[in-house]
Amino acid sequence: MKILSKLYIALIILFLYAPVAVMIVFSFNSSSSVWVMGGFSTRWYEGLANDTTMLTALEHTLIVAVLSAVISTVLGTAAAVGVTAIRNRISKKVVMSVTQIPMMNADIVTGISLMLLFIFFGKLIGLNESLGFVTVLIAHITFNLPYVILSVIPKLRQTDSHLAEAALDLGCTPLKAFFKVILPSISTGIVTGFIMAFTLSLDDFVISYFTCGHYQTLPIVIYNMTKKSVTPDTYALSTLIFITVFVLMVLYNVLQTKSEKKRTETVRV
Amino acid sequence: MKKYLALILALTLTISALLTGCGYQYKELNLRGTYDKSLKGTSLTVYNWGEYISDGADDSVDVNKEFEKLTGIKVKYLTFTSNETMYSQIMSGGISYDIIIPSDYMIERLINENMLQKIDTSKLSNYDLIDDSYKNLFFDENNEYSVPYNVGMVGIIYNQKLTGGDIDHSWKVLWDEKYKDMALNFDNSRDAFMTAQMILGQDVNTLNKADWDAAADLLKKGKANLQSYVMDEIYAKMETGEASVAPYYAGDYLTMLESNEDLRFFYPDEGTNIFVDSVCIPKNAKNYEAALMYINFLLEPDISTANAEYIGYASPNTAVINNEDYCYYKNEILYPDEADMPKVQYYHDIDSDVRTYYETLWSEVKLY
Amino acid sequence: MNKKTFGNKLVASPYIVWSAIFIVVPLIIMVYFALTDESGAFTLANLSGLGLYKKAFGISILYAVAATLITLILAYPMAYFMTKLNVSSQRMLFMIVMIPMWMNFLIRTYSWITILANTGLINTFLTNIGLKPLKLINTPGAVILGMVYDFIPYMILPIYSVMSKLDKSLLEAAEDLGSNSFTKFKKVIFPLSRPGVISGITMVFVPSVSTFYISQKLGGNKTMLIGDTIEYFFNLGPSYYNIASAISLVLMVMILICLFVMNRFTDDEDGGVLM
Repeated sequence: MKILSKLYIALIILFLYAPVAVMIVFSFNSSSSVWVMGGFSTRWYEGLANDTTMLTALEHTLIVAVLSAVISTVLGTAAAVGVTAIRNRISKKVVMSVTQIPMMNADIVTGISLMLLFIFFGKLIGLNESLGFVTVLIAHITFNLPYVILSVIPKLRQTDSHLAEAALDLGCTPLKAFFKVILPSISTGIVTGFIMAFTLSLDDFVISYFTCGHYQTLPIVIYNMTKKSVTPDTYALSTLIFITVFVLMVLYNVLQTKSEKKRTETVRV
Repeated sequence: MKKYLALILALTLTISALLTGCGYQYKELNLRGTYDKSLKGTSLTVYNWGEYISDGADDSVDVNKEFEKLTGIKVKYLTFTSNETMYSQIMSGGISYDIIIPSDYMIERLINENMLQKIDTSKLSNYDLIDDSYKNLFFDENNEYSVPYNVGMVGIIYNQKLTGGDIDHSWKVLWDEKYKDMALNFDNSRDAFMTAQMILGQDVNTLNKADWDAAADLLKKGKANLQSYVMDEIYAKMETGEASVAPYYAGDYLTMLESNEDLRFFYPDEGTNIFVDSVCIPKNAKNYEAALMYINFLLEPDISTANAEYIGYASPNTAVINNEDYCYYKNEILYPDEADMPKVQYYHDIDSDVRTYYETLWSEVKLY
Repeated sequence: MNKKTFGNKLVASPYIVWSAIFIVVPLIIMVYFALTDESGAFTLANLSGLGLYKKAFGISILYAVAATLITLILAYPMAYFMTKLNVSSQRMLFMIVMIPMWMNFLIRTYSWITILANTGLINTFLTNIGLKPLKLINTPGAVILGMVYDFIPYMILPIYSVMSKLDKSLLEAAEDLGSNSFTKFKKVIFPLSRPGVISGITMVFVPSVSTFYISQKLGGNKTMLIGDTIEYFFNLGPSYYNIASAISLVLMVMILICLFVMNRFTDDEDGGVLM
């Protein structure tokens, strides 16, 4: 049974990583095909440094991901604090239902409805060009917000409200009470929300496709490439991203395990 | 093991040898026109077909980079995959472009809908290089809105190794059971309909809805025979032998031939479509002066030749056509003489009622 | 509980304004487009003309249901077996499942072409060992495979999170009461893991039913799913926004109905369980 279950896990991992392996292997292809292996070469990695389209797109992706994650974390945390304070059950329910729309709706519907809004609004104020950096950023903030809010709210619920009251009674301003008492106890929720927002933004294709205009992010450039003949340079860039993520994740994991071990050891002592 | 290594090495060598087939080399850019840096720091948004400019790959000339170096203007280069996609982007008002390169019928439509600006050809010192036979065409009779970029015709590409030799010179091969699951067709309404319309002997610009119905029925019948509908994905499919028969633009055949020498090409006997892709400036362009400079630059003999060799389409530029060093000089596919010239029809912009009709029919074919 | 809670609901007002403008208004505009013609006059023609696309709806639902079921069948044992491992392996596996989600799904989908193509890895291997090549790519199976592949982490992770929090004492109690492993599974593990299964199903079904890339690449572009149909019409220009909005509206309503039905199976007041 044990062996079988391990085998099963291995098979699923194989399934998850087979295309990734293909991608890594073909990024070293000496010919420009991603179907037929010619020979070994690192020329696609060397070429990346000069590929302005891809590098600009990467830059756009990172800018949008960082900004949208930061803004949605701030806005979303405030929203979570405010929403838990709403006592009217119906208005609370309405706000929470609206919050879930971008998360539950199909991306293509979210993307299209936002695009229609931007174009409609652009025409209204006579803009020559209504899609671009600002619109893709707004779109990303919009679909990130629910994830932040829904990771902060449970933490707020767990927080003892008496603590904050005590702080207020002791003469703290509400703002100070928030930063001193509430924030530390909900910080893990905020971090989770931020990471989720950042990840979703990095990987988003569908919503960006409809809202980004000229401000093409990496998934959009890749999409345009798969409409033509994909060359291994796309694979080379993806491999680099994969390795970065992989190393970061493993490091994080190792550090966490270590710190936990230390904690249990100190407890034992 | 050693055998495999040798095999891989041999493959690598042949591939790199093939790649050096056609590629315009020059030591220094010779310019006919004059360019200055008066617009330095501004930017120019160019919207062109995919794989439709020499971009520096495989040691070719990087046209946009050369232009940036020369003028200091930053080129934002974006691509589309069909006239219809380009049109929707322009019309949405979401994005503004300074240069677009649509085909004839789409130019006619954009002019009718008042979406283009006039191009002051007196400011284009290289305009005289355009061959007279590509001036005053139906879509822009007074040459006010467009400057020809490339011309071409549609034909059928096949892999003679996979088809086992020569095949019928007819569009019907796409419907032939012999090539089941190995045949491709266009993934855009106009070109796909054309393949059926030619078999049915129709005028490609017919206003008779029954004609379009008949063509759609034929396309539906042929769908099961097809492996897929493609645009530029055709490169990978034909080059690797994934598919054996496909209709596409003659110029792209020459590019594919460089990586797979089993490919062959013909213009079907029923006739085919001829097209001119021209450079235009949309109404809402933001940098008109830079756009003019860019158009003139595209017409430069060196740049045109580099583009013509890279893209592989026929050029309307006399400096290219008459250049004996041009690798497709007098190429019989691109520049057939009168005797070999297939029967051709241009697409025209069709009245919007019929257009909506065939666009919906096409979605029905795709859904079939 | 209903005593004074900390915080002021005013803090939420920037967000409430934001969600009104960027969530509610866009949907209203979409409904407006769906119910008008090109000139802006009210019409039901867009909606009543949707019969043309019933095949797209049918196939999309069929593929999405198939993909969701297969994903569930593959993911459930995976999540279960994961919980049996020691804590550090569990954490490692959690990451291994998550990492592909950080990579562009377009590229991951595209790589499947290399594996499944007629001249691809599997068929090259088959012909080399003397077998006949299989038709893998450009089939419904390939499209469903693409969906399963792209969205399986969304099934594994929520099920795993719920199962890993299961109260061990309940399982022990079941054993003490003489349950064999099958009844233990049926009576204890499965009912308790249901919230994870429900949220996994919605998280796989919704993107599957609305995707517009997978079928283009792996299905030979021959079957238009709803997502492909919407994209097709949007790419024809503003005069087709009305019909595209109508299809989107129906898609949205369909998803809402699914979610509503799904929600009846859970009693969590905040809706789906997050990872």
